[in-house]
Amino acid sequence: MQVPDDLRYTPDHEWLRIEGDEAVMGITEYAATELGDIVFVELPKTGTTLESAQSFGVIESVKTASDLFAPAAGEIIAINDALADKPELVNDDPYGEGWMVRLKLSDPAAAGATSDHLMDPDAYRKLVEAG
Amino acid sequence: MTYGPHTPADRERMLTALGVDSIDALFADIPTAVRAHGLDVPPGLDELTLSRRLELLARRNRVDLVTFLGAGAYRHHIPATVDQILSRGEFYTAYTPYQPEISQGTLQTIYEYQSLIAQLTGLDIVSASHYDGAAATAEAALMTVRATRRDRVLVSRAVHRHFVDTTRTYFEGGRLELDELPTLADGTTDLGALERELADPARPVAGVIVGQPNAFGILENMADAARLAHAAGALFVAVVEPVSLAVLAPPGDYGADIAVGEGQPLGIPLQYGGPYLGLLAARADLVRQVPGRLVGRTTDVDGRRAFVMTLRAREQDIRRDKAASNICTNQALCALAATVYIATLGPHGLHDVAALGAVKAKQLEDALSAVGVSRIHSGPYLNEFAARVPDARRVHATLVERGFVAGLPLADWYPDDPALEDALLLCATEVTTDDDIARFASALREVTG
Amino acid sequence: MTALLEPQPAQAENQELGPKLVVGATLQPTLDELSRPGRFSPKVPHPSADALERIPSSQRRSGGLGLPELNEPEVIRHFVNLSQLNYSIDTGFYPLGSCTMKYNPKINEWAARLPGLAALHPLSPDAAAQGTLELLWELEQWLIEISGMKAVTLQPAAGAQGELTGILMIRAYHAARGDTARTEVIVPDSSHGTNPATASMAGFKTVTVKSTAEGQVDLDALRAALGPQTAAVMLTNPSTLGLFEKQIEQLLDAVHGAGALAYMDGANMNAILGKFRPGPAGFDVMHFNTHKTFSTPHGGGGPGAGPVAVGDKLLPFLPWPRVLREDEGFRLERAGERPSSIGRVRSYQGSVGVLVRAYAYLLAHGAEGLVEVSEDAVLAANYLRSRLAGTFEMPFAQVSKHEFVASSSAIKKRTGVRMLDIAKRLIDYGFHPPTIYFPLTVDECMLVEPTETESVETLDAFAEALISIVAEADSHPQLLHDAPHDSPVRRLDEATAARQPDLRWQAMTGAEPVCPQ
Repeated sequence: MQVPDDLRYTPDHEWLRIEGDEAVMGITEYAATELGDIVFVELPKTGTTLESAQSFGVIESVKTASDLFAPAAGEIIAINDALADKPELVNDDPYGEGWMVRLKLSDPAAAGATSDHLMDPDAYRKLVEAG
Repeated sequence: MTYGPHTPADRERMLTALGVDSIDALFADIPTAVRAHGLDVPPGLDELTLSRRLELLARRNRVDLVTFLGAGAYRHHIPATVDQILSRGEFYTAYTPYQPEISQGTLQTIYEYQSLIAQLTGLDIVSASHYDGAAATAEAALMTVRATRRDRVLVSRAVHRHFVDTTRTYFEGGRLELDELPTLADGTTDLGALERELADPARPVAGVIVGQPNAFGILENMADAARLAHAAGALFVAVVEPVSLAVLAPPGDYGADIAVGEGQPLGIPLQYGGPYLGLLAARADLVRQVPGRLVGRTTDVDGRRAFVMTLRAREQDIRRDKAASNICTNQALCALAATVYIATLGPHGLHDVAALGAVKAKQLEDALSAVGVSRIHSGPYLNEFAARVPDARRVHATLVERGFVAGLPLADWYPDDPALEDALLLCATEVTTDDDIARFASALREVTG
Repeated sequence: MTALLEPQPAQAENQELGPKLVVGATLQPTLDELSRPGRFSPKVPHPSADALERIPSSQRRSGGLGLPELNEPEVIRHFVNLSQLNYSIDTGFYPLGSCTMKYNPKINEWAARLPGLAALHPLSPDAAAQGTLELLWELEQWLIEISGMKAVTLQPAAGAQGELTGILMIRAYHAARGDTARTEVIVPDSSHGTNPATASMAGFKTVTVKSTAEGQVDLDALRAALGPQTAAVMLTNPSTLGLFEKQIEQLLDAVHGAGALAYMDGANMNAILGKFRPGPAGFDVMHFNTHKTFSTPHGGGGPGAGPVAVGDKLLPFLPWPRVLREDEGFRLERAGERPSSIGRVRSYQGSVGVLVRAYAYLLAHGAEGLVEVSEDAVLAANYLRSRLAGTFEMPFAQVSKHEFVASSSAIKKRTGVRMLDIAKRLIDYGFHPPTIYFPLTVDECMLVEPTETESVETLDAFAEALISIVAEADSHPQLLHDAPHDSPVRRLDEATAARQPDLRWQAMTGAEPVCPQ
């Protein structure tokens, strides 16, 4: 089970990669495996502002649909258009080509700090192992 | 022991296996204060006695009257193939096809139904059915709201009254606005009024709903109405009668985003109002907004072509409070009836049914003209029109005593419209005979004096 | 006869179970593939060529009508062959929890087809519809007695539409009292998906309360969730776990104490006919599923009907028009006769063809027959549960009503085989799988409801099949992962079906508009 060390993680199995005052998010390999074959990812338009932990989209697999929650607050400056035609990218490469949204962070410092909402890789590994 | 198999020996055996001495033990967890002790209803009837009761009730209905009733439910000849297929236990006693491996019969017929309705409407995505035309209209109205994120819908007053009323009931939940558009003397929707309503910047419109033919039987300017709707960023919903689509321009051709209607004319008996068939078809890009089941084609692990319910994550059992609709049970067997009906008639047969209705209706119009009764509206009609008959309600009641149902008094649907006080909505189909028309015209002349 | 009562030998070594399969195997082309230009069996006279000249050309269909052309024998063969690909109650057992797949009596089919009933137009004058109006009125009386409520509407076309009707009436009730603060509907976490979906459709926010470890609604959690913001609580009783809510009186007291109304999802009425009446117990409104409790056929997904019964509080809000009985006969309510009504929830009066079947069912059973239905349904469920208790985990100790939940969680841990695999392998044994992964509150679960119309032999054979399959899970797990093996099609690629939806055949080019005969 891949849990890259350069990312932060939410209890809802989203990941966040911070790049200065921007950040990219997606869902973890654990989440993608639990959901099964992803068939559709519903994302809001660029320009939308999100609060931390706000529900902002839906990820659909054959048998389930799950809400997506914002790992941090910010404005959406890009969404991964490739997912419209190839939602399976989320299953195949959840931390790379399966990325979903790029944010301009409202509070880069807060996003960088660890909290219950944004865990470090070890804390997330423990969460997943606890099942 | 009505239909159950359990003999006293069977029950004894099961009770012994459970280690209890009476069935009451299995109901002991019901608190005493709320325990019921049987039902105060009559004793059961054997099949012979039951059948006599049902025949008695059936005889009390006057299905012998010569009728010109339409108004959303139409008398058609149903080819014998339809009931033969619908009577197959493998179809009518089958469950929802959640296990596709053993439900290919149901699944393929739904796929065929979706394809046939797509051909008829000229649109791409067809839901596997809604309860009736009214529910389909309400669901389509809700679709326009979801798709545009606006909360106002305009509907022509010349859409089936029950469809409008049901949509209004459904809208109560979402605190949405449903406003009616007026009609003109020719019987069509007032497009000038539509344009004005669409232009109100404070109340943007999500969808515009117009019927074709409309509830007066009149043919509307659908392309113009669609253009106006789109120019204002609203979706256009056409309420259509499916048999008429054999001869009329389909919704896909005149710019409809969604088409809805009552599928009863496609091989479903009148049955005093149901079960009927809610048709709903939409443009391809609205696929994720379409409520209800969808069946798709795919392959199995051995590469065989197969059919399966798809895009299921939108439905209530998965999305729960976020589902677009709460629909679970639909009208699958009625959709099968429609599929067999269309397959049996084919394009030539369906065309003939629609065209014959037009011929008979014109014959009816001429026969009524000859006795001094003429149409209220001047617009073109296919097989249904409103006739002006002074003192319409009394005339209607008198004609029932003489063996005729003179259509629908439109005052029933439009009680506040003086222009329709004397209107009878009359319909003819391929089952209307020359004799029916002649005798009706004659009786009408006598009754109106 | 005796041989059938003996346990079947385990099938672990025998992968070939073909003869057990109750579904045929001739896959069919689709209608467009069968179509040939000019094939046609006329059913109505052919009109003259000028029939449509008076219709403006701008409103007429231009170009041909692209529908399949077949002759009658081909149509029949196509659909008969397709029917044989279906499992059905008429061919085999459906142990589907939550669905009540009981036998569909044939006299009901005959009744619905009586021309006097089938050919009646819905807008017929009341004087011409006295037979159907009387039938509908009488059916209402039966449902009033069964529910213990005061009045019934037969309009809703399905249970879900009944739920919507009930919740909209509750909304109207609070509005009429001037109470606009009630914006929430509470449902248990084990509820059927239609409950929260209905609440949303009616404009309410859904609040979910958890169940206890014993599978009952948590009374404390309910009390904590209730408040002046609660419009209604939707309960299923017996619950979707097949368990009677032992604290039903306290639950309902709490609901009313908070000023909310209590809705009962009547999907599980098959367990409690004549044993528990929701009205006197304190429910304000409930719906029935005629296609569950009252044997109306499922038809491959519908149509059903969802009559709704109400007590005094909601009676004024029932959908319009109601059927009334007067000295001269039966009639429908007139326009404006009851302004408090929530209005129409559908066109015309209801799915009358379905209701005729339910009416015939009720009359055939009568007082004793209906109680016997529930007793036998509950007996069969508990018997089957006892046969399987050694093979699956039974999460709840309480006696079951008409259905029970079993879990294969331990089997999954031990063998990697999931409930889905067990379900698919049942198909090879000639059974339709039970409901799986519902309710959502039990891991790797199946919900089993045998109903009262299945023989002990069938119940035993089903139990033996499951026991055999679990033995296969230990010895040949791959057999289950790959199941079914013997059905006309095997496991389907549902991912591609959802990613690249193919929902219709390619558009057909049109046939010549006028038949050239």
